[in-house]
Amino acid sequence: MSDNHPVQNANGTEYYQPPVLAPGHTFETITDKISAIVLTSGISLGWLALLAISAGVAGLLGIAATYLLYKGVGIWGINIPVGWGFAIVNFVWWIGIGHAGTLISAILLLLKQSWRNSINRFAEAMTLFAVMCAGLFPVLHTGRPWLAYWLFPYPNTMQVWPQFRSPLVWDVFAVSTYFTISLVFWYTGLVPDLGTLRDSAKNKVARFVYGMLALGWRGSARHWHRYETAYLLLAGLSTPLVLSVHTVVSFDFAVGIVPGWHTTIFPPYFVAGAIYSGFAMVLILAIPIRAAYNLKDFITDRHLDNMAKFMLATGLIVAYGYIMEGFVAWYGGNPYELNMFMNRLTGFYAPEYLGLVFINIFFVNILWWPKVRRSPVALFFVSVVILIAMWLERFVIVVISLQKDFLVSSWGEYIPTKWDWATYIGTLGFFFAAFLLFIRVLPMISIFEMRDLLPASKPHEVEVHS
Amino acid sequence: MSHGGEQLLSPVYGLMAEFDTPTDVLAAAKAAYADGYRNMDAYSPQPVHGLAEAIGFHKNRVAFVCLVGALLGLATGFALQVWINLVAYPLNIGGRPLYSWPSFVIVCFELTILFGGLSACIGMFALNGLPMPYHPVFNVPEFAAATRDRFFLCIESVDPKFDMTGTRSFLEGLNPESIAEVPY
Repeated sequence: MSDNHPVQNANGTEYYQPPVLAPGHTFETITDKISAIVLTSGISLGWLALLAISAGVAGLLGIAATYLLYKGVGIWGINIPVGWGFAIVNFVWWIGIGHAGTLISAILLLLKQSWRNSINRFAEAMTLFAVMCAGLFPVLHTGRPWLAYWLFPYPNTMQVWPQFRSPLVWDVFAVSTYFTISLVFWYTGLVPDLGTLRDSAKNKVARFVYGMLALGWRGSARHWHRYETAYLLLAGLSTPLVLSVHTVVSFDFAVGIVPGWHTTIFPPYFVAGAIYSGFAMVLILAIPIRAAYNLKDFITDRHLDNMAKFMLATGLIVAYGYIMEGFVAWYGGNPYELNMFMNRLTGFYAPEYLGLVFINIFFVNILWWPKVRRSPVALFFVSVVILIAMWLERFVIVVISLQKDFLVSSWGEYIPTKWDWATYIGTLGFFFAAFLLFIRVLPMISIFEMRDLLPASKPHEVEVHS
Repeated sequence: MSHGGEQLLSPVYGLMAEFDTPTDVLAAAKAAYADGYRNMDAYSPQPVHGLAEAIGFHKNRVAFVCLVGALLGLATGFALQVWINLVAYPLNIGGRPLYSWPSFVIVCFELTILFGGLSACIGMFALNGLPMPYHPVFNVPEFAAATRDRFFLCIESVDPKFDMTGTRSFLEGLNPESIAEVPY
C-alpha cells in the first residue's frame, strides 16, 4: 500500500506521491502508537485547556436552551415570514458536515480506497457528534422539545399519527436512521480495537471497561469472517443512506412551492455541498490532531491531498448548482423566481450571497494548486473559509427565500438575536468538547485497519498436502 | 457431576500454537485441517484472508440475516404507512388519494436500511456468540498478543483426533513460536 516511489503521470513526467502509511512500521508499532494515546495515564495541559474552552462554550448552549425552554422560541429572531431562521440553517449545516464521515467509512471502503483506513474512525465520530448537534436544532425549534417524541409514530391516547406525506416526517426517519446506523457502524468498527485496548491496558478499571465494551472479542477466524461480511454490508447500506439523508433534507425545501426552494437540482446539490463541507471539517480536525499527537506517519500528506481533491470536486458541483439556479431563474420565466434571485443579488442579504458565490465558485479553485493541497496550514485556512461559505449557503437558502415570497404585504427581514448566536456557537463548543473526549478515551485511528495496510498482513500462498 | 466427569477426561480446552506471521498461521491451519483436525480455531489481530476457509468454516449466514432484516424493515415501513393512512388516521392532504404510495417510498427506504443494518450488526455478534467476556483462550498469557501482533492456532480437546502428546508433536512440527495448554 505504501507506494513510496515516484509515479509517472500521463505526460511521462515523474512526481513524488506521499505514501498512505509511512514506511518502517510493523503490527506492533502501529498498535502501540495509536493505543498509547488512549492508554497513557497523563493528561496533557493543551488537551485540558482546549476541553475547558469548548466545554465552556458548550455551556452557552446549555444557557441558551434553558432560557428557550423558559421563554419559548420568541427569544430567537424568527417570526413570520422567516419562521425557519438559524435553527434550520444550523440543522442543515451540521448534518451536512456529518456526511463526509459516512462517505469516508462506507463509500470509500466499497471503492477499496485503502487510504481511508487512517481517517475513517475519527471522521465517523465527527459524524455522530455533528448529527447530535444537527438533531438538537429542529427539536428546539418545535418550541416544545419535551414533546419531541410526537414526531415518531406510536399508539397514543390522542389517536393521532404523523402525516407521512410531509417531508418533515421523512426527515425524522432519515436523520434518526442515519444516526443509528452511523453509531452501529462506528461501534462495530471499534470492537476489535477495544479488544486491543483491553489486552494492552495496565489500569484495572480501563481493562474492565474496554473489556466489557469489546464484548469478549478474541479475533477468531470465524468471527473475522462474519465480521468482515457485516462490515461490508453496513458499508453497502450506509452508501445509499448517506446519499439519501441530505436528499431528504433538501426535500424539506424542494417539495415546498416557495421560490428559491422549489427546484429539482436541490438533492444532488445538497449532497455535494454536504460532502464538501464535511471534508472541510475532517481537515479542520485532522490537521491539528496529526500535529499534536505526531500522527504524520498515519495521516500523511497523501490524505490531505486526497481530501482536498474531494473538496474541490464537490465544491465545483456546488458551484454548478449556483450557476444553474441563476440560469433557471432567468430562463424559467417565473417572475417570482427571478425576483427571488434578484433579491439574492441586490437585496438585504446580498453580502451573504455574494460572499458565498465568491468562495464557492472562485476561491475554491485555489485547491487546483498542489502546493495548497499539501500545505497543512493553507488547507486548514481554506477549510475554515469553506465551512463559513457553506453556512452562508444554508442561510441564503433558508432566509432569503422566505424573506420575500409571493405577497409583498408579507415581506420582512430576519435578524438573528444573541440567543440565536449563543445556541449556534454553543453547539460548536459541544462538538469540539465531545471530539476531545473521544480522542482521549477511544482510538482515533482504526488500529486493525491500519495493520491491514501493511504488506505483511497479506499471507503468501500456501499449499498443503496431506 | 456429569459435567465434571467430562472435564476430568479433558482437563484442557485445547492446545494453542503461536505464530509470527499470517502466512505461518495460514499454513498451520491448512496443515491441521489436512491432518484431519476439525475442532479448531485460529486467532489473529486483523482479518487474514483464507484463514476461516482453511479451518473449514464456510457457512457465513450474516448476509442472509441482513437480507431478512432489510425486507422486514421494508414490509414494516410500508404496512405502517398504509395502515395509518388508510385505517387509523385517514387525512385528506391536498386532495391526494389516501393510498399515495410515492410519498411512502422514503420511509420504506429508511426502515429497510435501519432494520437491515441493525440485523447485520446484531446478527453478526449473535452468530459469533458475542458478547462472551470469558473464554478459555484468554487463560493463556501469551494470548494477549492476539489483538496486537501475534497469530494463534488452537486445536480443541473436543476434536476426536485430539491427543495431548500426539497433537503437541503435530503442532511442534509446524514450527510455532510457542505452544501452550489452554486450561479451562
